[in-house]
Amino acid sequence: MIDLHGFGDQLLQGALITVELAMASLGVGLVLGLLGAAAKLSSIAPLRWLATIYTTIVRGIPELLTVLIIYFGATIVLMAIASQFGYDDYIEVGPFTAGVTALGLTFGAYATEVFRGALQSIPKGQHEAATALGMGAFRKFQRIILPQVWRVALPGLGNLFLVLLKDTALVSIVGLDDIMRKANIAVSSTKQPFLFYATAAIMYLLLTIISMVVVTWLEKRASRGMRRG
Amino acid sequence: MDFSVVVEYFPRLLEGAWVSVQLVALSVVLGALVALPIALARISQNWWIKGFPYAYIFFFRGTPLLVQIFLVYYGASQFDVVRESFLWPILREPYWCAIIAFTLNTSAYTAEIFRGAIQAIPEGEVEACKVVGMTKAQMYRRVLLPRAFGIVLPAYGNEIILMLKGSALASTITILDLTGMARTIIARTYTPIEIFLAAGGIYLAISMVIIAIFRQVEKRQNRYLGTVSIKVPDKG
Repeated sequence: MIDLHGFGDQLLQGALITVELAMASLGVGLVLGLLGAAAKLSSIAPLRWLATIYTTIVRGIPELLTVLIIYFGATIVLMAIASQFGYDDYIEVGPFTAGVTALGLTFGAYATEVFRGALQSIPKGQHEAATALGMGAFRKFQRIILPQVWRVALPGLGNLFLVLLKDTALVSIVGLDDIMRKANIAVSSTKQPFLFYATAAIMYLLLTIISMVVVTWLEKRASRGMRRG
Repeated sequence: MDFSVVVEYFPRLLEGAWVSVQLVALSVVLGALVALPIALARISQNWWIKGFPYAYIFFFRGTPLLVQIFLVYYGASQFDVVRESFLWPILREPYWCAIIAFTLNTSAYTAEIFRGAIQAIPEGEVEACKVVGMTKAQMYRRVLLPRAFGIVLPAYGNEIILMLKGSALASTITILDLTGMARTIIARTYTPIEIFLAAGGIYLAISMVIIAIFRQVEKRQNRYLGTVSIKVPDKG
């Protein structure tokens, strides 16, 4: 086996943080994506503009810059808001919170487009049928629309998750103890950069493979109601 | 918020933007050159030929760009062989390390786009080439590659924009690209929000220029198609 100079369990702890960050950002991003898609398809024009501004800006700015803006900017903005209410202590936004916010925003912007396409792929007749059966808007969404949107959107969301997983490495730059930063720490104490960055690369590859397996399983599950042509 | 710092430091940000554009342009061109043989080998039916491109593409698409940059910039120096070789003057420079890492990374994505495009060409055209009696090389040069070029454009434009965003990572190995320049300015002025937003604005502007250029090229390349548009399977 490769000798990791006792940093093996440190790297595993880092992997745990990476996975936690990815899952938390996924949750935030899915919610933002659904809201974004709903806003883009809304009949209220200002909502559509807002969603378009959101997706254009977030998708056009480097993820690293988003992470940096949120990490350094959130503290300043929150403190400015708090001081309006007479609270003058230092507010710190940790790297994990900043990371979840930044990656969630990024995922949400791309997911907006995926969800929008999926929502539009549902025939109008199904909306009408659900309404004719007396379902309210929420029940219709939960029983009829969402399960189908989920099936159509899954491949796209799966790709986005793989991108998200790799983007988590960026949060190491603002000091989150993920795989990447644990590798940096190991490198500075052992002076073996290739060994540890290669190990980190393999760990990300393994996480990618696991995610791909899970996504394939979910896709199979989601389309179990479909007849195979 | 005090946006006068943005005005004051705007020329410096533009300097950084120029470095970013150089990085992207060089690695995209080199990446396309590397990608073509990889894509062609990947299409092969023979496992001995497609095995390497498969692993190459899987590695570079499955690991973060940040890891790849660090592997090239810091990783290579671990080996004395590298440090004593003629390559060291290049591998010592952050600029060239970034170019190498970006080129390898984008070539993997580009190879998949090329592959998708070549495979999207209708089987009938391949058969027609064979019937006319073209050799494999002629078929690729005269029909498949020019056709693929037209099909590839939308997806390739996206890849360049992803590369532009990825180029921000050059700042992690001390390069003063747009992000790197923004960080240095902020270290002096302590105005992260203003400067980062300005940098974000410049990135947006560059993306829009890239999109506009690609629209023009696409129109030109696919002009024989009339108004029909082609969809390429989106690979990552």
